[in-house]
Amino acid sequence: MPWTFENGIPIYRQLTRRIMVLIASGSYKPGDKLPSVRDLAIEAGVNPNTMQRAYSELEQSGVIYTERTSGRYVTDDLKKLTALRIDLSTEEISRLYSELEKLGLSDDEIRKAVIDYKRN
Amino acid sequence: MNRLSCTNLTKRYGRLTALNGITLELQPGKIIGLLGPNGSGKTTFIKLFNGLLQPTAGELLIDGMPIGPDTKAEVAYLPDNDFLPEYMTIKGFLDYYEDFFKDFDRKRAEKLLEPLGLPLSQKIKTCSKGTKEKIRLIVTLSRRAKVYFLDEPIAGVDPAAREYILKTLVENYAEDAVVILSTHLISDVEPILDDVLFIKNGNIVLHEETDSIRERTGKSVDELFREEFRC
Repeated sequence: MPWTFENGIPIYRQLTRRIMVLIASGSYKPGDKLPSVRDLAIEAGVNPNTMQRAYSELEQSGVIYTERTSGRYVTDDLKKLTALRIDLSTEEISRLYSELEKLGLSDDEIRKAVIDYKRN
Repeated sequence: MNRLSCTNLTKRYGRLTALNGITLELQPGKIIGLLGPNGSGKTTFIKLFNGLLQPTAGELLIDGMPIGPDTKAEVAYLPDNDFLPEYMTIKGFLDYYEDFFKDFDRKRAEKLLEPLGLPLSQKIKTCSKGTKEKIRLIVTLSRRAKVYFLDEPIAGVDPAAREYILKTLVENYAEDAVVILSTHLISDVEPILDDVLFIKNGNIVLHEETDSIRERTGKSVDELFREEFRC
C-alpha cells in the first residue's frame, strides 16, 4: 500500500518525518542499511526525486549517513537518536497542548488529565 | 539540454483555438503532470509532439530535433483510446510491437505481464477493460524511450489497477527520460509528479514543482486545481 499524505504540506517533508519516526521507534535500528531511494519511493508510491530530497534532508540533519559505495545507513550516534526522539515527542506534545488549551484546560488540568489517562 | 521544447506553439481547428501560443521547456529525469479539464488542449498538445497533428504556428523540438521519424523513434506514446488489435493474442501483439519499435524490450514486457497471470496465448478480445489498460501501459513502458506521453492512463480502471499502473510507471521509467502524464484524476497521481502543468483554454497557466505548490499555497495540487477550474 502506498503511504498517505496530508494536503498542503510538501510531500518530501512528510516523507522525512515518516522516516524519522521509523528510526526513532526502532523500525530502522542504529547502523541499519536503508532501502535505496528507488525502492523506498516505490514502496511509498512517490516520485524518486522526492524521496531523494527526503534522504538529503535526513542526511543534513545527521540522522542518516551515506557510505560512498554501499548505500545509506542510520547513524549509530546514540546522542543524535535520543535528540531525534526528544524533537519528535516535543512536536507531538506541542500539538496536544495547543488542542487542550483550545478546550480551555489550565496547565494543572492538562497535567492531571495526562496522568489520569495513563492510570486508566 | 532540454528534452522537449516548444515556442509559440499554436493549433487552430477552423475558428477554434486549441493551443494558444505555448512556450515551454522540459528537462529530462522528470515525471510531469499535464493537468486540465476536458477540452483544454491536453490531447492536442500530445498529438503535436507525436507528429499526429501539424501546428498552425510555432516550433516544437524533441532533443533539439524537429518532429519526424527521428523523434518518433524515441517517443513512446500511450494514446487515450484503445489501440489493441482485438483479434491478436497477447504474444502476437508483442511480436507486432517488437517489429515496429527498435527500442522495445520484450523481456521487460514479459516480466511485467507475468504478475497479471495471463497466458500469452490469450486473445486480446477476451481480456477485461482493466487488463487491456495494463497491457497498453506495459508495452508502452517497455520501450527504452527518451520521452513517454501517457494520455489518461488511469481513467476508467479500478483503484487497485490504478495503483498497479502508477507503481509500474515509477519502477520502469528511465532516469534520463521525461514522462508526460495527462489526467484529471489528480489526487491519485500527485505524489509521483515532479512538476505540474495546468492547461486552460489552450494556455499553460502554471508550471511549477508539486512540492513548491504545496509549500507556496498550503494546498495540494488537487485542491488548487479544483479552485482554478471551478465551474
